[in-house]
Amino acid sequence: MWKFSVRRTLIMIPQLIVLSILIFVLAQLMPGDALSGQVGPDVDPKRLDEIREQMGWNDPWHEQYGRWMGGILQGDFGESFRFKMPVTDLIGQRIVNSFWLSVATLILTYLIAIPLGITSGRFNDTWRDQLITGYSYVGFATPLFIFALVMLWLFGFTLQWFPTSGSVTPGLEPGTFEYMMSKLYHLLLPAISMALITTYSTIQYLRNEIVDTKQKDFIITARAKGASESRVYNRHILRNSLLPIAAFFGFEITGLIGGSIFIENIFGYPGMGQLLVESITLRDYTVLTATTLLFGVASILGALLSDIILSIVDPRIRIK
Amino acid sequence: MADKLLEIKNLTTSFRIKDDYHAAVDNLSLTVNKNEVLAIVGESGCGKSALAFSIMGLHTRAKIDGDILYRDKNIAKMTPAELNKVRGKDIGMIFQDPLTSLNPLMQIDEQIGETILLHNKEMSKSARQERVLDLLNKVGIPRPEYVMNQFPHELSGGMRQRVMIAMAIANKPELLIADEPTTALDVTIQSQILDLINKLKNEMNSGIVLITHDLGVVAEMADRVAVMYAGQIVEVADVKTLFANPKHPYTRSLLNSVPSGNEEQDQLHVIQGIVPSLQNLPREGCRFSARIPWVDDSAHEKHPELREVAPGHLVRCTCYKHFSFPDASKEEQHVLS
Repeated sequence: MWKFSVRRTLIMIPQLIVLSILIFVLAQLMPGDALSGQVGPDVDPKRLDEIREQMGWNDPWHEQYGRWMGGILQGDFGESFRFKMPVTDLIGQRIVNSFWLSVATLILTYLIAIPLGITSGRFNDTWRDQLITGYSYVGFATPLFIFALVMLWLFGFTLQWFPTSGSVTPGLEPGTFEYMMSKLYHLLLPAISMALITTYSTIQYLRNEIVDTKQKDFIITARAKGASESRVYNRHILRNSLLPIAAFFGFEITGLIGGSIFIENIFGYPGMGQLLVESITLRDYTVLTATTLLFGVASILGALLSDIILSIVDPRIRIK
Repeated sequence: MADKLLEIKNLTTSFRIKDDYHAAVDNLSLTVNKNEVLAIVGESGCGKSALAFSIMGLHTRAKIDGDILYRDKNIAKMTPAELNKVRGKDIGMIFQDPLTSLNPLMQIDEQIGETILLHNKEMSKSARQERVLDLLNKVGIPRPEYVMNQFPHELSGGMRQRVMIAMAIANKPELLIADEPTTALDVTIQSQILDLINKLKNEMNSGIVLITHDLGVVAEMADRVAVMYAGQIVEVADVKTLFANPKHPYTRSLLNSVPSGNEEQDQLHVIQGIVPSLQNLPREGCRFSARIPWVDDSAHEKHPELREVAPGHLVRCTCYKHFSFPDASKEEQHVLS
């Protein structure tokens, strides 16, 4: 178990190196730089070149990459060109916001997916199953950003049940109960919107696993022992069907990252996704590379988490 | 001998295929006595497993008509809750493939323990563990206290089948149904497993329904044999009679198909054709007639029935009286035509 986890963690190192090089090179290839649009048209282009030279932007890419990486290893992501403050400070609060939004979305996703998936799988090809499958197809087909806008319009503006932007009501003392409730209140609508749309994959995955496991020989064995239907489902089918769901957990995180970029922008929620889009439009390279890198790291960590969870729940993997 | 354990009366198990019911087991009657091994033999697809599953009430999507009387309780008419009290307690079942019949995520002690727990709710956990250990010892598993905590994938096929047997006999059932218990195993392991089943049967005095297509297994294990073809029993006899004096053309063809090891027999006898699929079963007449085309139609009965030809020896249809194997050259002609 430990051996497996350590080995699995070590594999991440080359993954991270390749990821960081890719992000850096792609960011470099973007047209324009932080100076474009930031300086007046009357500034002498020679002066701009001097600045570029001074900043080291004309050095070969691997030297720039080396400087960047060296900084990151010391916990320094550089300074934002736009906000004129260290990227670490800029990211600090937002990463916490994004984290809680993701946690809330994940919890809601599983709260929706597990009962629906179980019902759908257990009573497959009945009206219940068709209803649930219909819902998941609608979820699959609906673009998240349109659905989120509709939710915002309906529950935020028209019914006014939820706040329409921000992550907390201004003026509250951090750490108090009101502050926490306000945070929760603010992330609820974005999280529900995302969960309702992204849950389809987990529902269908679980449904198919259950339909599959139902026909396995060991299920017949369990019935032959005299186990009741509910015991067969709870002890034998569900346990075996949840394995792939655990494996799916990491990819769920990757999906969340993609979703949060839309959701945070639409709901004006100050998180990493919103920061990423801002940094792209403003050519704020240091912020852009830092946020992309962190998203990438989150995906890799998600996959790692999946593997470790799977190795805990599935004895067949533990052995290898 | 005549202590009836299981009596099947006019059992018909049908499956629904495209809005129509087709009988995999067709109007079948059988009895199993205490302390007796009844072998059910037949080709793949003849309905032997469908019969075994019917006895255990394991079919989820089949229509079952007729009666399955276990000690005067009718299994065929039981509610699921009643059925669950019988399965695993009074009737145990050993399955064909031990590789897929064990839950991959449960430790061995948990899987065997479950059978005990389900029928002895008040038994303490330690007593249950002790019983599991006892069972593992009984089925000849080396280092049982170690194997207990292992998962199925860590065991060999033979070991897994022993675990399956331990599960089936956990509550000392009076009737054991073994559905091709050795088919998925190596030949060397096969005889060990059969010996084990035999030993346990003698210890527990239980009846066994042994389902197999292996006549070697039948000869070694069975007291009585029922030969099944296309959902019906075509011949029943005690094992000595069946091997010495087979009557029905199908039984004779089956026995003839066993390679003898005789050097002069350069070609294996093969029964022509295949078992008809459920949808293509002939609704009337002798179901085997299509596979012995050289026998004249008039030899078969219109509505073939099982008749006693000698005490305890039953044969279906009259065609056995007119049946003989064609000589080799003729048989070739039939294959060509």
